[in-house]
Amino acid sequence: MADRPIDSHSGQETTGHEWDGIRELDTPLPRWWKWVFYATIVWSIGYWIAMPSWPMVSTFTKGVLGYSSRGAVMDDIAEARAAQSGLLSRIEQASLEQIRTDPALLEFALAGGRSAFAVNCVQCHGSGAAGNVGYPNLNDDEWLWGGSLQAIQHSITHGIRNETDEDARVSDMPAFLRDEVLTSAQVNDVTEYVLSLTNQAEDRASAARGQAIFAENCVSCHGDGGQGNAEFGAPALNNGIWLYGGDRETIRETVAYSRRGVMPAWGQIIDEATVKKLTIYVHSLGGGQ
Amino acid sequence: MSWLVALPVGLIGFVGLLAASRAVDTGIYAHGFVFFIAAVLAGFFAIRKNEEITREWQASKTSQEPVYNDAIIKVGVIASTFWGVVGFVVGLVIALQLAYPALNFDLPWTNFGRLRPLHTSAVIFAFGGTVLLTTSFHVVQRTCRARLAGLWAPWFVFWGYQLFIVLAATGYIFGITQSKEYAEPEWYVDLWLTIVWVVYLLVFLGTLMRRKEPHIYVANWFYLAFIVTIAMLHIVNNLAMPVSIFGAKSYQLFSGVQDALTQWWYGHNAVGFFLTAGFLGIMYYYVPKQAERPVYSYRLSIVHFWALIFLYIWAGPHHLHYTALPDWAQTLGMTFSIMLWMPSWGGMINGLMTLSGAWDKLRTDPILRMMVLSVAFYGMSTFEGPLMSIKAVNSLSHYTDWTIGHVHSGALGWVGFVSFGALYFLAPVVWKRQRLYSLRLVSLHFWISTLGIVLYVAAMWVSGILQGLMWRAYDSLGFLEYSFAETVEAMHPFYLIRALGGGLFVLGSLIMAYNIWRTARGDIRQEAPYGVPSVAGA
Repeated sequence: MADRPIDSHSGQETTGHEWDGIRELDTPLPRWWKWVFYATIVWSIGYWIAMPSWPMVSTFTKGVLGYSSRGAVMDDIAEARAAQSGLLSRIEQASLEQIRTDPALLEFALAGGRSAFAVNCVQCHGSGAAGNVGYPNLNDDEWLWGGSLQAIQHSITHGIRNETDEDARVSDMPAFLRDEVLTSAQVNDVTEYVLSLTNQAEDRASAARGQAIFAENCVSCHGDGGQGNAEFGAPALNNGIWLYGGDRETIRETVAYSRRGVMPAWGQIIDEATVKKLTIYVHSLGGGQ
Repeated sequence: MSWLVALPVGLIGFVGLLAASRAVDTGIYAHGFVFFIAAVLAGFFAIRKNEEITREWQASKTSQEPVYNDAIIKVGVIASTFWGVVGFVVGLVIALQLAYPALNFDLPWTNFGRLRPLHTSAVIFAFGGTVLLTTSFHVVQRTCRARLAGLWAPWFVFWGYQLFIVLAATGYIFGITQSKEYAEPEWYVDLWLTIVWVVYLLVFLGTLMRRKEPHIYVANWFYLAFIVTIAMLHIVNNLAMPVSIFGAKSYQLFSGVQDALTQWWYGHNAVGFFLTAGFLGIMYYYVPKQAERPVYSYRLSIVHFWALIFLYIWAGPHHLHYTALPDWAQTLGMTFSIMLWMPSWGGMINGLMTLSGAWDKLRTDPILRMMVLSVAFYGMSTFEGPLMSIKAVNSLSHYTDWTIGHVHSGALGWVGFVSFGALYFLAPVVWKRQRLYSLRLVSLHFWISTLGIVLYVAAMWVSGILQGLMWRAYDSLGFLEYSFAETVEAMHPFYLIRALGGGLFVLGSLIMAYNIWRTARGDIRQEAPYGVPSVAGA
């Protein structure tokens, strides 16, 4: 075409077309652009040769490197296990007491326990294991079901009041009002008595009446002084440590309607060595017996 | 008004009422009435506008010069601005919810899980989609020197699309979703969009066929690729079986990894053909118009167009690295993403180099500056995308805030700024004003929003990489270092910076809305010409 206008700035011909005042130059493709584009294509072809890439009728091209994601994960896991192998297999073999007295095993178990706790336990017991309403604090020396290594291991392995493990720890406090064991007034009295154990009672007469009710209904689990009993998971009522709260409202609700905290059977979820590490870690938090 | 209008409007109203009366759930009940109300409004609109629209139509038949349908562009500019502000504000709200979860207010309707799709759909489909509709209707008319095809069809497309937005948005708030990212609306809303989209395609093709120019301009190739591909993606990804013809709930045709692959084939090409191809169409018209320079290279536009179209469609599997998706599909997704780098940059080169001979205008024209920064963000995002598709990089970046940062450098920087540039270009055109109300306000918008984007993207880069590193951190004995909650806690300062950046972006969009409103009113701000120091020697 002879009548292609020349663009004054670049000195190039335009393509000769115009749309609403827009013209086009016909600059050649930038060389670097073209070569980088080619390079990415060549690189891709190389990658296809090396790696699994093109689908065939019933399989796919496997690639000369024999790579698979699944295989790579297996290798990674095997490598990680190999790095831990000496200590890990010793943890698997050793008793809790042996782990606790061997400095190398103890360090490994504490590190592994802290990590497993961060993944599995913090949701309920909190990042610092300080617990939450309904979820016990694991830093203190107050234990619902016992704070020895064996007791902690049992609680973690089988859990509490779950329906998946026959050996789960179970105890059921009656819902004294709902089950019509006590009248509403009696619940108030026994609440007053429980408050008196930590010197919070305001009505001596009511507390005295509550003491009689307590003796009849509560001592078998909580003990005659409200000191608790780890055998039944019955908390002490005289030390000011409360799972659900120690104010009058909350205690009354606990007596009237009971509580039923649940913990999963971690033995069904994580391996035995990890349970051991968790046991050592939780035991070390401050209150292990 | 003929039966051509009365019949579909009546049918829509009837279907709406029927669905409402037979509804098996409250969603269909409410949306049936929405359809009915839409039909009533459409009837009023048709009666009121009948004379004007028919008159213009007749004039366009007899006139030698094209009589453009600019009324629809005008409404489009208003709707685009409105949806932009709405979408950005919802984004700011959910950014604040991530920093302060109490802002969920414990209500189902204001929960992050419902507001997040509201945000993404509002910015992509309501704002981006309306900008694409508006600009494509403007560009195709101007570059074909022909009036939009169809008497009522363009109006059906525009208002039908707005109805789609309303149905989608109200559905999310009330919990109607098929839980597919960027494809959340349920089957009946999808069907409605399909009808609207097919008419859109016909209007666009019809206009192209009536063109008075011998060749089809490059912007129209990109618009057409966008329209055709979105139709295909939308239909395939939304194949589903409703539980009841009068109920909102449906089940997907695909399940498991097939569903995941279909979803990300759709999801990534929504980025590729909606947010890239469509907006390249915008760039190819408005940048040369604003710069008053010829497009840099016709050859490059052909090569990068076809390379982009061919390669993009393969890239979706990179969203599913290290999942149940077979390795071979992951490899193809990754390698095609790498090969996509230069074809994407072809658009950037053509956009930026179109300014050669006009770079000095960046000092005096804040609208052009907005467009150029947009193209720069496009270049950055289309480099970052292939980088993140590399499996080794992806193993760190995937599921982290880095992805959010990447998306927003593309969305706020590229899509946002090129749209703002087009809207600033269009406002004086459609209201027939000498110029915008204020160029200095455009500059203010530019700087505030740029600062917002930089804060947003930088915060998400740092946060994302920190998050990825914390997730994979092991101690010397080979145990995970951090709990998930600890990584969330570490994100908090970056979430605040992100919200600040988003707030600035919202502020910028409000400045734009004010500027466009004053322009529409016909006001012109008395101000010193831009780029000339207002105080001598300052």
